[in-house]
Amino acid sequence: MPPSLDDKSFELIFDQLAAVPPDVKILLDARRTRWSSPYGLTALLAVAQTRLERPTITVPENDDTASYWGRASFFKHADGLYDISGRVPRARQSAESSVLLEVTPVVHTQDIHTVVDNIQQRAHAILQEKLHLQSQITMRFTMVLSEICQNVIEHAGAGGWVAVQSYKWQQRLGGRNVVVIAVCDTGMGFRKSLESSPSHRPDDRWGDRMALEETVMRGVTRFRDPGRGQGLAGVKKFIGTWHGKLSVRSGTARIAVVPSWDQDEPMFDNLAAFPGSQVQITIPERMGDA
Amino acid sequence: MISHIDVSSVLRRSVCDLYSNLVTRPTGAAVRIGIEHHLDEIGDKSLAVLDFTHVGLLDFSCADEIVAKLLMQYVSVDIPRREVYFVFYGMNESHMDAIEAVLERHGLALVTQLAGGAAQLIGTVDGEERKAWEKICEMGSALPADLAAAMGMPADKAAKTLETLWRRRLVIRQESGYFPLRSTIQS
Repeated sequence: MPPSLDDKSFELIFDQLAAVPPDVKILLDARRTRWSSPYGLTALLAVAQTRLERPTITVPENDDTASYWGRASFFKHADGLYDISGRVPRARQSAESSVLLEVTPVVHTQDIHTVVDNIQQRAHAILQEKLHLQSQITMRFTMVLSEICQNVIEHAGAGGWVAVQSYKWQQRLGGRNVVVIAVCDTGMGFRKSLESSPSHRPDDRWGDRMALEETVMRGVTRFRDPGRGQGLAGVKKFIGTWHGKLSVRSGTARIAVVPSWDQDEPMFDNLAAFPGSQVQITIPERMGDA
Repeated sequence: MISHIDVSSVLRRSVCDLYSNLVTRPTGAAVRIGIEHHLDEIGDKSLAVLDFTHVGLLDFSCADEIVAKLLMQYVSVDIPRREVYFVFYGMNESHMDAIEAVLERHGLALVTQLAGGAAQLIGTVDGEERKAWEKICEMGSALPADLAAAMGMPADKAAKTLETLWRRRLVIRQESGYFPLRSTIQS
């Protein structure tokens, strides 16, 4: 596994996995991994869900890294999915923790109530004090989180994982604080979701890329109800207002709503296939000029 | 008849007594059904004050299930189930974000009122209707001829505008004229 695990470097893991049939036992060697974003932790759990043979993961050798993974509840959930090799640190919650929401399963509607209840108090403190965002953002941020989690339950057809963390970028954006939401599932993904609509008429361009363009950019859903699709539209509005970034990977494609501070590509195609969808939202600290 | 419905109580009764946030579609659908049951118990002509004061978060999906689907049943059809008027009371800024988005999506409008504040018309309403609604709030009540005189518009147009506002349940129609929802609450 890469030393730093985020949405970009995780592609290296997806690439390696694509060549290994699901019934082959795999070892995810995290000994040299020193850092992971919420995306990394939630995607690791999703990876295990795609394997027919229970995989093994090694605990990071760096004590701080292993301790953080413990605080973020990664090992708690990994225990049910992986054989864990190495010493798992005891999970302790620090008063100064930057973990806004520990890795949390999203399977049932009541899980979303739990997510919303758990995050509200900590979000209020971190979003206002660290990110200098206006007080009303806490509610809107939580709305976004709720909608993204609902997409897992409604569209994935299988459970997923959510985690939220704030941290300080060392180099990017002049060392600003950011808050990152990651939601990963291994369900049907965007393409199959749209294909399940009776009105779906595929053409020769149809694929994961087009499915992401249709849903993320044009608000298309598989439902006939005109009230559907408002969640993602609300997420995009929030992202635009707070100069955030949204990226969605599904199947073999990844689409991103890229703000001016980021150099990412808006679309990647022909990636290694991975089921479900993997979503990341990044909200940067508000500076005086923003 | 005026009926006060505490939406957070409906949430606790219909879904879970530990919840204070209106999130997810299934939650919204359960709360809407709870409100509908309440409306079934009151008269054929009533004003329902939906009180959001104790609601924490309201997300887009839940707003669509509760607000939009409720309005579409009672307001936005040729023959509504009953003559029910709604005032959405005690909403905060984030509630308004979610509600305005769903109103725009469905072309709906509603009357909202903050605690101790003036009534507000939000959603999709054309300019002429909005002016007429504001004028009738200012006047307290009006017949088409009164509104025509106050706004300097032809009487038939005033009558048509008031009828449209009534069909959308944004004003109350009685034999003595048309009344704004706000003044009805105050009385």
